[in-house]
Amino acid sequence: MLVHQLRAEQRLYWRSHELAFFTFIFPLLIYILLGSVYGDDPIESEGVTGSEYLLAGILGYGVAATAFAGLAIIVVLRRESGVLKRLRGTPLPGWAYVGAVLASTIIVFTIEVVALLVLANVMFDVPYPDRWLSLALAVLLGVVAFAALGVALTTVIRSAEGASAVVNAVYLPMAFLAGSFWTPQAYPPVLEAIANLLPLTYYIQLMQDIVLHNEQIWADWTNVGVVAAWGIFGLVVTVLRFRWEPREG
Amino acid sequence: MPAVTVSGLRKAYNGLEAVRGVSFDIAQGEVFGLLGPNGAGKTTTVEILEGYRHRDAGTVSVLGADPEQAGETWRERIGIVLQSSAMYVNLTVREHVALFAGYYVAPRDPDDVIDLVGLAEKRHDRVKTLSGGQQRRLDLALGLIGDPDILFLDEPTTGFDPAARRAAWDMIRSLRELGKTILLTTHYLDEAEQLADRVAVLRKGEIVALGTPRELTSRAVGTEIRYRRDGREVVVETNEPTKTLHELTGEALARGVELEDLHVLKPSLEDIYLELTGGDEE
Repeated sequence: MLVHQLRAEQRLYWRSHELAFFTFIFPLLIYILLGSVYGDDPIESEGVTGSEYLLAGILGYGVAATAFAGLAIIVVLRRESGVLKRLRGTPLPGWAYVGAVLASTIIVFTIEVVALLVLANVMFDVPYPDRWLSLALAVLLGVVAFAALGVALTTVIRSAEGASAVVNAVYLPMAFLAGSFWTPQAYPPVLEAIANLLPLTYYIQLMQDIVLHNEQIWADWTNVGVVAAWGIFGLVVTVLRFRWEPREG
Repeated sequence: MPAVTVSGLRKAYNGLEAVRGVSFDIAQGEVFGLLGPNGAGKTTTVEILEGYRHRDAGTVSVLGADPEQAGETWRERIGIVLQSSAMYVNLTVREHVALFAGYYVAPRDPDDVIDLVGLAEKRHDRVKTLSGGQQRRLDLALGLIGDPDILFLDEPTTGFDPAARRAAWDMIRSLRELGKTILLTTHYLDEAEQLADRVAVLRKGEIVALGTPRELTSRAVGTEIRYRRDGREVVVETNEPTKTLHELTGEALARGVELEDLHVLKPSLEDIYLELTGGDEE
């Protein structure tokens, strides 16, 4: 049943061209764009080139786009249109549905990661990472944690019209502050302080460690811990506040 | 054992009682109509029976189970058509029906169900290209795909044009022939009259009348006899139409006059309905 639903979820995702563009193609385009501008600048603190540094940032942006923003929008649209309500009226178990949606997001983000790595390699000669297992685990962690946060966000969105507005207002500043797009200047202290709270900041650091510095995911638990803690927070909000149906009246 | 038993059902939203002590039974294989104006509590009642809503008081049994506690095996036997259509617009009709078929242990054949609801020609079209009436038929297909024992239809024909409504009625009649128990809500009288074996009229959360359409129309309000005399219309209301008519015609014959434009009118369900609901249809 999970596989059956997963197949449908994949079909639905790729057929929804706007959503697939916004969450899947867009990060790739941003990488090409920024990589072309800053790609050759050396990042002395990290000992890598701009295109390498950006790769980690856009990998983080990718998980925010697919698992956080994309999923939040899908869930709000399905809730408000009544699709979730209808599903509740069938014998499809809740776990099978949630599992299928998560698995579908993992597939999408995995393809995105591979596409980014290939793009980085072909366009900017960024070497492929060695730590594939760590990278796979990081993909898994990222999707689950950011999906939980995305679904948690849906609990404060009241209408389908508001979905992309609220989601963009949260995730674009987050991606910017967390350093997805990398700016050469340092941030003012206030923004720096906010950035230090965001899960994406830590997720990007984790990606830097794995992809740029060939470290294992278990080498340093700080980044994993913060991302996981945010994920658990999202899960708790979801469990407490999630609605399957549109608000009454 | 009845398919549905409801007794003393109550439900309030924010202190406002939407359902105030409703009781009825639905027999196996019966088509039961819940009739009433908007806001009478029809959808609330049905959604409690479907397991969507928590009730404040009363007992409810659907196929022998309490909908609030019932699990997936119970859902296998329930078909639901909600008031508003909701579906994946990017799937084709066939894909959509097949997707839902996969949720059931023993579904009906998707192609058969698509044929049954009259969407055979639209089989490979995306849902978003369907008209409103066609989407409603797909709704019905999704409600039927699990081969349910009981089907809940919440205002299945609202917004249909007359031809589409006739077609839907034929479809619902064919479901009755399959032996399905059907609970239908509607605010159209003619729909209840045409389809339902028994009708409960709801007004402000209470059942104000319950019976076969014939029983409902034969009670209370008398029969009307209308004719014209000297160009003026005369209306006689009576509970003994045979006797009254005999007297009238006997008198007219004796006097050698014609009762012009003579009518005998049985009250329609509409008259009863307007009387019962106080004419507060929106």
